[in-house]
Formats: sequence, C-alpha cells, structure tokens
Amino acid sequence: MIAELGQFALSLALIAAIAQAILSLVGAHRIDARFMAAGARAASLQAGSLAFAFGVLLWSHAQDDFSVRNVSENGHRLKPMLYKLAGAWGNHEGSMLLWILVLAAFGAAVALRGRQLPATLRARVVGVQGLIGIGFVLFVVLASNPLARMFPVPFEGNDLNPILQDPALAAHPPFLYLGYVGFSVAFSFAIAALLEGRVDPAWARWVRPWTLAAWCCLTLGIALGSWWAYYELGWGGWWFWDPVENASLMPWLSGTALLHSAVVVEKRDALKSWTVLLAILTFALSLVGTFLVRSGVLSSVHAFAVDPARGVFVLVLLALTVGGALTLYAWRAPQLKLGGLFRPISREGALVLNNLLLTTACATVFVGTLYPLFLDATQGRSVSVGPPYYLRSFTPLMVGLLVAMAAGPLLAWKRGDLAAALQRLWVALLALLIVASLTWYVQGGGPWLALVGFGLGAWTIVGAATDLAERVRLFRVPLSSSSARFANLPRSAIGAAIAHAGLGIAVVGMTGSALWQSERVLTMQVGEKVEIAGYTLTFDGVHKEPGANYVAERGAFRLQRGNGDGLGTMTPERRFYPSQRTTTTEAAIRTTGLADLYVVIGEPDGNGTVVRVWHHPFVPWIWGGAIVMVAGGLLSLADRRLRVGAPRASTPGKVAANVVAADA
Amino acid sequence: MRRLLYLLPALLLAVLLFRFVTPLLRGDDPSRIASVLIGKPVPNFALASLDGTPGPSSDKHILSSASLRGQITLVNFFASWCTPCRAEHPTLMRVAASKKAVVIGIAYKDDPMASAKFLAELGNPFAQVGVDRAGATGIEFGLTGVPETFVIDAKGIVRFRHVGPLLERDVADKILPLLAKLKNEQ
Repeated sequence: MIAELGQFALSLALIAAIAQAILSLVGAHRIDARFMAAGARAASLQAGSLAFAFGVLLWSHAQDDFSVRNVSENGHRLKPMLYKLAGAWGNHEGSMLLWILVLAAFGAAVALRGRQLPATLRARVVGVQGLIGIGFVLFVVLASNPLARMFPVPFEGNDLNPILQDPALAAHPPFLYLGYVGFSVAFSFAIAALLEGRVDPAWARWVRPWTLAAWCCLTLGIALGSWWAYYELGWGGWWFWDPVENASLMPWLSGTALLHSAVVVEKRDALKSWTVLLAILTFALSLVGTFLVRSGVLSSVHAFAVDPARGVFVLVLLALTVGGALTLYAWRAPQLKLGGLFRPISREGALVLNNLLLTTACATVFVGTLYPLFLDATQGRSVSVGPPYYLRSFTPLMVGLLVAMAAGPLLAWKRGDLAAALQRLWVALLALLIVASLTWYVQGGGPWLALVGFGLGAWTIVGAATDLAERVRLFRVPLSSSSARFANLPRSAIGAAIAHAGLGIAVVGMTGSALWQSERVLTMQVGEKVEIAGYTLTFDGVHKEPGANYVAERGAFRLQRGNGDGLGTMTPERRFYPSQRTTTTEAAIRTTGLADLYVVIGEPDGNGTVVRVWHHPFVPWIWGGAIVMVAGGLLSLADRRLRVGAPRASTPGKVAANVVAADA
Repeated sequence: MRRLLYLLPALLLAVLLFRFVTPLLRGDDPSRIASVLIGKPVPNFALASLDGTPGPSSDKHILSSASLRGQITLVNFFASWCTPCRAEHPTLMRVAASKKAVVIGIAYKDDPMASAKFLAELGNPFAQVGVDRAGATGIEFGLTGVPETFVIDAKGIVRFRHVGPLLERDVADKILPLLAKLKNEQ
C-alpha cells in the first residue's frame, strides 16, 4: 500500500512538472503574474511529491519490504540500518529518484527564494527547471521505476554490492548529485537569459552562488569518491582515470571555468555568451556524468539489447535537453549585447586564460573518456586509453593553470601590469625555488615532475597568501591597520584565496603520492617482518571474526618505527559477504598527516598470506586540500553580497553603482 | 560568420549524437567489425624482450614478427595501467594453460618495471613479452586501445582480432574453436 502511495506521488510529480513548465513559461511570455505564481506553486508541489516518493523508498528499504523489486534486489535483512537506507540510492532506479528530487528541490528553491529576481526571469528559470523535470520524471516512471512491485515475494534480498557498503560511499552519491543537479540551476538561468535576450551583472550575481554551491558539493563528492577508491579497492591508488571518475571530473572542470567566467560577467559585464555556453555545457556534462555513473550511457549501451527502452530514452533526453539548449544558443546568443572591453593583460584576461585552460583540460578528458565509448558503441567492448594519455595531455595544462593561478588575482581589472604582479610574487617564486631544490636534494635528482609538482604546490599556496597580503598591504602599513583591512575584505576574496591554496595543497598530495610512493608485495608467515620507509611490520597471523552480514579474516601486524618503539597494531581485513558471495578488502591505514602507511592482505597461498604494504607520502593532503577548497567556496558563499542577492538590481543605475563599488 | 560560430556547439553535438546513435539504431553486431589485418601477414616488428621472459625467438632478447612463424600464436596487447587488462588476466592464464597456442604479450606504452611487477603480481601467462614503450607496434597493429588480442597462424597470417578484455565466452565460442581449426590446417 505504501509503495503504491509512492507511485501515485511520482505520477503527481509528473503532472506538477508539466504544470510548472507550461504555467511558468506562458506566464513569463504574457507577463501574467497569476500564471507565474501558479507555476511557482506547481514547483513546490513537484518537489513535495518527489520528496514523499523518496521517503516511501527509504521506508521500504528500512522495513525490508522485499515485495518492492528495488528493495529485494538491493536489500538484505542483516544489513546495518545505514546501508539499508543507502541501499535506496546505491542503485540505478533509486539514484535516479534522488536525482530528480534534487532537481525539483532546486526548482522550488528558486521559485520560493528568488524574490529579488525580476519576475519573468524567475518564472522562466522555474519553467526550464520544470521542463527538465518532465523528461526525467517521465524516465523514472516509465523506464526506471524504483517502487515497482514483484511477485512472488522473496524471503531474503540480494543485498547491496558489499563494496558499496561503506560510510564514505553512502554519502558520496548524494553530494555528487547535489553538485551535478546544482548545475541545472545555472543551466536554467542560461536558458532563461537566452529567452529574455539579456545577460547582465545582476544575472551573474544570481548564477554565481548556485554554481558555487553546486561546485562545493561536487568537489566534496569527488573527494569522497576518490577517498573511498583509495581505502576500499585495496589497490593503493586514488584516481584511475576510469570513465566513471572522469564523468565527475568533467563537470567539475567546466563548472570551475563557469565560476570564474561568471565573475567577469558580474564585475565587468563581459564574456556573456561564453558564460551562457559554459553553463549549458556544464549541465550537459553533468547529465553525461549521471548516466555514466549509474548504468549510464556506458552501461545503457551495454544493456541496450536487454532493455532498449532505457538506453534510447536516456539518449533522447540528452539530445533534447542539450540539443535544444544549444540550438536556442545558436539562435539567440548573437543578439546578446557585447560587454566591456579589456586588455589581454588584465584580470579579465587572466580569467579568460583560466577558462581556456580549464575547458581544454575538460576537452582532453572528454576525448579520453568518450573515445573508448565510441568504440563501445560500435564494438561493444571497453578499452582503456589510460594514464599515459592523461599524463601527457592533462598534466601540462594543469601546470599552466597553476602558474597563472597565482598571478591572476594580482592583476587589475581592464588593464593590468604583469611585471608588477610578478614582482609582488617574489615570495611565492622563492618558495617555489626552495621547495624544488629541497625536492631535488631529498630524492637526489629523480623525476623532474616531482620538482614541478611540489614547486608549483608551494607557488600556489604562497601565491594565494600573497594575494591576501597585498589586499591588506601587510608590512607596508601598521599591523593594526592591516588587520582592520582584513576584517573589511569581502569574504568572497578570502574564500577565493583559500580555495586556491586548497588546490595547491591537493597538488602537493597528488605529486607526493604519485611519485614518491613505495610498495612491497610479499608472502608472509606468522612472525615474519617487513620493512618499508623506516617502519617495521611484524605479522601476527590471521584469525576469523564475524561481522554484521559478513565474515572477516583479520590480519594483525605489529608496527614499529625501525626497531624501536611499538606503535600499536594494524588490522587489515578481507570480508566475505555470503549473500552476494563477494569478498572485499579493508585496508589498514595509519596516517601521520604527512604520509600514510597502508596494509592489505590477500589470499592465503601455500606459503603464507599475500601481504601488500604501501607507503604513500603526502596522500592525506589530497583530501585535506579538497576540504580546504570546499571551505573556501563556502566562505565565499557566505559573502554578504551573495546572501543579500542583488537588491532590486533590475534598475540599471543601481547595478552600475554596484559594479563601480565592487571595482573600487 | 559570427553566427556560424554560435552554431558550432550545436553542430558538434549533432555529430557526436549521430556517431553514437546510428550504430545503436542499426542494431549492428559490433563484434563483426573485423580488422583490416585479418587474412594479411602480421605487421613487421621487432621489440626488446621484457627481462625474464625468453620465448620462442632464436634471439632471447628480441621478440619479432619473424619469430612468430612456425607456431600458432595468440598476441595480447596489455599494460599495467589498464584496468580491463587486470580483468581479463585470469582468462589469459587459462588460455595459456590449455597449451593450444603460444601466448605472446606486448606491453603497450608501459614502463617495463611496471609490466614486470604486473606479471609478478597476477602471474605470467606469456611465453615472451615484447616492450612497445613508444606504442609504434600498436600503431602497426591498428590498436584502438588495450587490451586487444590477435590470433596468428603458423604462416604468420592474422586470423582473428578481439578488441577489449577477453571474456570466458569469447574464449569458449571463438578462440578455442579457431585454434582447433588452425591445428587441423597444419
């Protein structure tokens, strides 16, 4: 009965989405306030009914209602409650429902919170959000219904894939989706702006916080995913250039570009049609990302013969959404007024360079990911172009980006002085040289990429600090005056510097773990010792340990620094899940904050147990850097200017005044 | 002219979609798309042999197209960085254990140390491994990516090509029957 109520809510959501799209768009066209208000109410209704449907799905999973197919395929009575709930979105159908719920929630949020927006722009945004909603709710109802019943009812569920039963992975999809779907708002704003035929700083001021919030969620989602891959897959790596990972990286790259180009629209009223295009592309890539991740285009292509409805449906939706948007763009974008002019060497110029590098990087990932997918479409096979391709194409672009990143914020708007900016970066340059030579000394020559990576990490971090120091005129005016200036700095400026520094921290982590890691693989018997990076591990054997819905083989290793003091015990596990007949590895990780010691046990063979030990220098910095980046984003989001929105910004004079104020 | 520039994204998308959708709608059996190499002699190549994998070659340090002659070989392009290769590895091990063909590996754009570690870790099905560090031999074979597998008969003619990881059913349905047929031809 409950599941049927959920089904009913899904159908209601579909009708609400249709009403939301038609009422809002017609209302905006006719400038009829009643229509627009009704559209906004429909948006709330759509979000409400989808929330109800998702609640029903959660409830069914919590109650182990195996008569619901989705629950019987992914649930199990013995599973801990957290994973029962996570089972609701740990599969294709459930995650699609979560996806449209987030979409509808964003639409309703714009409808409810967007009071300062010009009424027609708001209605158009809500309407476009409704249009996307129609397509995807229809997809969920027709081709991917999470609440469908099954008969006969099984006694026990098939269980969620054990590798997915993990706290980080329980949180990973919701954040990723908040990110992906958050970009739908930027997309809807872009379409609404094309319909209105107007893009102005007030528009950018509205797009930016949504994009920034989505970007923060996506950054966190990606970081959680790679952290999970690091400790759960037991391969000791954290990024594999796998299509699924790339699928989340592409919208991140173009979303980052969008974030920066929207600044130019906001501050200088330039780069308008480019920003609109980026907003469309970012959401398009998010769509591709969603479908790559959950039996997406990749699996749909695989499963094409099995379930043609789903594959065709997804491709048609993608073609309609993105194709429609780009056609509208081709028609309307040329009519957008050209904005302010600027010299190549200026803040705008630096941001254009940022955009060029980020979109090119995004394109290289796109080609690397889709090239095998094309083969997949024509030949039904997956092949891998692999890290050598990305090392050669992606890395140089990132090096360029990091070099420019420190200088960009120091350039003035309109017309900057590069020599002066570089002069002010002497501390960062010094840091780069010191760190690079230290690296050279420590590794005794060695891979030059490590010099570049560590050096640029230092350059970026110190460069970000320089940006703040310059703004408060540190050491050039008395300290008290500097701190007063700091208190008055816009939070977005501080946030940007923190986010840039976060990327620098992450780069150090990536470089260290990629180039300095050491690894030992060996077969060990009880009492044997292995040494790595100055640590000694003594193997104390393996014993069986029952878990909630698995049986663990737990190895015990006594850890010592050299031959000195004991540092406790490390206990890597292999878990066998009888319901799915799968084994997972649980790495034992000991971190010092500067480096990780990582132990995995494998199959026992005739001579003992296969043991793999890694030492990963700086690897915690990758995720630390990501958290710092998110913190910077959140701080910027808390900026008063964004919180208040654009107060009655529709009057042009006021906007001009704001721009001047922001410039000053 | 400027208008055309704005149309460019939409056109690009159309091309992409066309490229994607047509094979799907035609319902092609994709695995039938054969390599142009089928029925032709194996491309000429000579590669340094990965240490510790001396094979059928007269010179133990060189793996060359000439050294393939006189026996049925299965040539597998792989790399330590390639995840699908990891997945197909057990299947390759079983093919090698069946002794129906000499299994030759070519490490494509891979650091020899990493290839050696990969084989030490997962087991070595290969009689000999050639090191194609620059990927030039891969180009000669018209490689689309790794893994890719070729069956070459005793006269050095390419008889079969498989793109992507070998699955058990590929081996059972295609490769083993072909190897049996080639054996009869001899």
